[in-house]
Amino acid sequence: MEGAGAILATRGVSKRFGAVQALDGVDLEVRAGEVLALVGDNGAGKSTLVKSISGIYSIDSGEIRFDGRPVSISGPEDATALGIATVYQDLALCDNLDVVANLFLGREALARGPRRLLRALDEIGMERRADELLRRLAVTIPSLRSEVGTLSGGQRQQVAVARSLLGEPRVVLLDEPTAALGVPQTRQVLGLIRRLRERGLGVVLISHNLADVFAVADRICVLRLGRVAGVFDAAGTSEEQVVAAITGADTGELRRPR
Amino acid sequence: MSAGAPVGAAAERLSPRQMARRFLEGDLASLRVILAIALIWVIFASQNDRFLSATNLTNLFLQITAVGLISIGVVMALLIGEIDLSVGAVSGFAAAVMAVLHVKSGWAPVPAVLAGVATGAAIGLLQGMLFTRFRIPSFVVTLAGLLTWQGALLLVLGSTGTVNLSNSSITDLANTFYDPAVGWAFAAAGVVAYGLVTLAGHRRRAAAGVTTEPPVPLALRVAAVAAVAIVAVAILNSDRGLPLALLILLAFTIGFQLLITRTAFGRHLFAVGGNAEAARRAGIKVDRIRVVAFTLCSSMAAVGGILAASRLLAVNQSSGGSNLLLEAIAGPVVAGTSLFGGRGSVWSALLGATVIGSIANGMNLLALQSSVKFMITGGVLLAAVVVDSLARSRRRAEGRV
Repeated sequence: MEGAGAILATRGVSKRFGAVQALDGVDLEVRAGEVLALVGDNGAGKSTLVKSISGIYSIDSGEIRFDGRPVSISGPEDATALGIATVYQDLALCDNLDVVANLFLGREALARGPRRLLRALDEIGMERRADELLRRLAVTIPSLRSEVGTLSGGQRQQVAVARSLLGEPRVVLLDEPTAALGVPQTRQVLGLIRRLRERGLGVVLISHNLADVFAVADRICVLRLGRVAGVFDAAGTSEEQVVAAITGADTGELRRPR
Repeated sequence: MSAGAPVGAAAERLSPRQMARRFLEGDLASLRVILAIALIWVIFASQNDRFLSATNLTNLFLQITAVGLISIGVVMALLIGEIDLSVGAVSGFAAAVMAVLHVKSGWAPVPAVLAGVATGAAIGLLQGMLFTRFRIPSFVVTLAGLLTWQGALLLVLGSTGTVNLSNSSITDLANTFYDPAVGWAFAAAGVVAYGLVTLAGHRRRAAAGVTTEPPVPLALRVAAVAAVAIVAVAILNSDRGLPLALLILLAFTIGFQLLITRTAFGRHLFAVGGNAEAARRAGIKVDRIRVVAFTLCSSMAAVGGILAASRLLAVNQSSGGSNLLLEAIAGPVVAGTSLFGGRGSVWSALLGATVIGSIANGMNLLALQSSVKFMITGGVLLAAVVVDSLARSRRRAEGRV
């Protein structure tokens, strides 16, 4: 069932936290140049799945495949090395550092020459690349040297998305990127997601907002109680069908979820 | 301000208001402390005219050297949002190791000093690993360290309880004063080097077309450094001359300030202190950064302890005891390094030691009772933390529109 263009796939991925089976045999695949929306109720396992793929959690069983080969991801750096970038719901920015420092956090550009031995930073190089990147993405912030803690929620979200693109990833995982945003900033982020798709990236979009999902997604994967409850093509699927899959109404399931 | 222009268009030129704001935000904390020092000096000078004499100011600088060096290490721990309560005990123990190796075992001064610093580094490594491996709060690990290394000090000193340092290169560390001409040469070299580095950095940034600091405050800053250097050397020269101990303190301050502001390690230090989870997700080895921070902290405690022993000409059972620990931690906090991590500078170690040293020195000149001295020092620490906390909440209120 693995399609030709699949970059990232999960096979039977399971994860348990104590008594809670957060993920239960999840099969998923993301192709190059598509936006796959991941939807589901609270606690359906969306964030757990994303954190498992990006190396924050280790999976209990199943496998993650990248470019058709099984890979082991035991930390965020493994995921980054493969070309999987993640933008978390809680953004994971350092409020006390400025925009440039946050964009390059963990992959700082080092000065050339003898200063490299001291791991001295190439501030000018980083600032130029940051300027170039933000300009290309039409991101608006007061100054590249503003502390991130002084930016608005929308500006912080844009910085976080921009950061994920610096490592030239092939798959980008976005966890609720529009949750805290106003209408114009949501539109900017959705525009940015379309641009990622045009560049041939695989995009996984977690969202509660079905309007946003239908605006950008090519396919919609519904998670319910840690399992895949259905995968739909966005074109030709109604919101009602997706809602039914999210709530479990389509399966005629009557027992209460625990 | 939050609306903002597209960053690309605005990157080269900031409005005058933004420039003024950045200048103030960048230097306000240090400026505030310098004003506080001026105020303290004016108060004590009005009460006792010997306070601002060259002899007393020279004594003041000698008094703060050891605390200042220890505080540099404390800044490393504070920046990652941790605390090290063992720095006083480590300074005493490391100095004792050095003294015993030199005096009793006949080691040459340099290997003995290096062994003392290595003792500090090893302790920091151990405490850092205990902290990260077993996830014990740092204040508990280092509180246990405080007791342990105090015991180790007594053990190493043996039955005599004191080791005297006779004339040698070790005592020269704190008792060398340079001729006036050498003092002026150091001042001139320092100011010229600072001016050239500042100018070169400004030109490089301007040529690359990235944000630059406006030239006027930059020039003012160089002028201020020159003024401080000239006044300081003039005062020191009219007494015994520029002390080597002060140069050591300045060298470590500048070195560590460059380390935390210009290197990847320094950037990661701030990141861990600001948001450890974000740092971890960015692929930073958070625990390794923490261990290195604790290692640097204890190493600097050892350096400070060795300077203190050099000044005292001895290591005894009370080395590293009494107020040393509290002063070494209070100094940077008074001068604007946050207790909660992620904010601060190495200059706060020097400035904070000057604040606390000035108060202690002045109160001694006035022959105040210990009871009063303790309460005044406590009040100053509290006031400084309150001011810092108010500044922080104001910054938050302005920032989040």
